[in-house]
Amino acid sequence: MLVEILQTVLSGISIGCIYGLVALGFVLIFKATEVINFAQGEMMVIGAFIAYSLITMLNLDYWLALLITILALGLFGMLLERFVLRSLIGEPVFAIVMLTIGLGYAIRSGVSMVPGWGTDTYGFHTPFTDKNLHYGDLVISWEQVSVILMTLVLIIVLFCFFRYTRMGIAMRATSQNQLAAVYMGISVNRVFSLTWTISAALGGIAGILLAPFTFVHMNMGFIGLKAFPAAVLGGFGSIPGAMVGGVIIGVTESLSGVYLPEGWKDIAAYIILILVLMLRPEGLFGIQEKKKV
Amino acid sequence: MPQLEVKNIETYYGPIMAIKGISFEVEESSIVTILGANGAGKTSVLKTISGVMEPEKGTIEFMGKRIDHLDPDKIVRMGISHVPEGREVFHDLTVKENLAMGAFLRRDKDGMARDLETVHAYFPVLEARRGQLAGNMSGGEQQMLAIARALMARPKMLLLDEPSLGLSPVLVKEIYDIIKRINEEQKTTILLVEQNAWMALSTAQFGYILELGRIVMADPCDELMENEDVREFYLGIKEESVRGSKRWKRKKRWR
Ligand SMILES: Nc1ncnc2c1ncn2[C@@H]1O[C@H](COP(=O)(O)OP(=O)(O)OP(=O)(O)O)[C@@H](O)[C@H]1O
Ligand SMILES: [Mg+2]
Repeated sequence: MLVEILQTVLSGISIGCIYGLVALGFVLIFKATEVINFAQGEMMVIGAFIAYSLITMLNLDYWLALLITILALGLFGMLLERFVLRSLIGEPVFAIVMLTIGLGYAIRSGVSMVPGWGTDTYGFHTPFTDKNLHYGDLVISWEQVSVILMTLVLIIVLFCFFRYTRMGIAMRATSQNQLAAVYMGISVNRVFSLTWTISAALGGIAGILLAPFTFVHMNMGFIGLKAFPAAVLGGFGSIPGAMVGGVIIGVTESLSGVYLPEGWKDIAAYIILILVLMLRPEGLFGIQEKKKV
Repeated sequence: MPQLEVKNIETYYGPIMAIKGISFEVEESSIVTILGANGAGKTSVLKTISGVMEPEKGTIEFMGKRIDHLDPDKIVRMGISHVPEGREVFHDLTVKENLAMGAFLRRDKDGMARDLETVHAYFPVLEARRGQLAGNMSGGEQQMLAIARALMARPKMLLLDEPSLGLSPVLVKEIYDIIKRINEEQKTTILLVEQNAWMALSTAQFGYILELGRIVMADPCDELMENEDVREFYLGIKEESVRGSKRWKRKKRWR
């Protein structure tokens, strides 16, 4: 019994980490530009497909493939900002949000048209596939543990970037007060570009991490529908909030999948969200921040 | 040659003309003030200089080079730092991080460390509060932080937009004393925009009076202080004994 609960919670945490990473992508872009990028889930699709091609078609090492995928998605995010989003600066935010929805569609159909990708489902091996840790009755899959560990590393790297580097602090400054940032000589274009780069790269990583659980498919990006409540739960603006929101939703979902009747699993995320928003409308980590532009 | 030379600039907000052809100059290492009531266009003038707004017409030269169509970061790099109206510190950054952002364009670690010391010497409270979030500081402390942050760029010229806004008279005096010291000790040129005419006129050497987007007077500050109209409309000194009965139909002479 206890073992089962532990295992359920662990798998909830690991899937929750992935929700959290996607949520983080939403939050970073929202904080900088006030746009919600509904194509964030599709960054995962591209990431997973690129990693799949590198690993199974080109026989590259998993870690090398991971690195290349991160770079490729970063570049994709940067180009997207430079050539699509930047030309829309000054347009109403909702128009840009609509554009990201269209972008999501375009990416999905684009992926389905790539030879060798298409609409089929694929999988790839990772160094953790089929490896387990045993503690008495408790069997822990390395696949899940690796997701949690890699997420932790990523969070620490991001934390240090935003806390200690000149550009990281400048990104926070710009999201708080864009005009003042301009007075400091910070180039807002560069900040936006970097924001999209980081968010897309995060989406790519999330895609690779998710692949062993859901396999690689053009629709795997719909997980964004779970990551979005995670971001809202965390206060939509807070980096730790996004991660905690992701984990809460992951664990609830996984517990309700095991202990509640069919169907609860899929709405669990939204029930939690509604409950939390009733008690704390600003989200778990939200603060009523004043934003000046 | 003056350090800053503004010639016939016109600046718009959409169809609204905020600056209607203004010319003025600022000598190196001097303190110059622009006085004006609400909506006169003071902030717009400073924004046009720092490149946040582009003038539709006219030119701005800084140390002999045109800056009127440069991006704001280029202008900061050339040595103009803007302390905006209402302070605009980064609320969720610490005092230390705010100061670091002031030096965003700099790479000279040693020089930055030295300037941080200088700034802490002018504003000891900032050193004491270096780990505190700027948003949790008092208005006066935030004003000091905003000035210190601009100084961290080691500017040749400081644009100050209403540094007295919302501060108690004691604090205003304190801040103005420091502004004067910065000007004397660092030789930083200061272009000061104010509604607090008394403070500004007793600090600056030369003053311009701005009304509805036009400059209506340009004189040394001691002469402006003696000017009847300035005394009445900007310093609030009514000379009833002289004009008494005619008070009701008195008009500003420059209109
Ligand atoms: N963002 C804006 N959009 C449209 N008009 C503006 C904007 N900002 C200022 N204005 C107009 O431009 C004119 C000059 O404004 P500005 O802010 O430069 O005045 P100011 O002298 O700084 O006033 P204050 O003392 O109140 O700060 C005013 O008529 C104002 O209504
Ligand atoms: Mg103003």
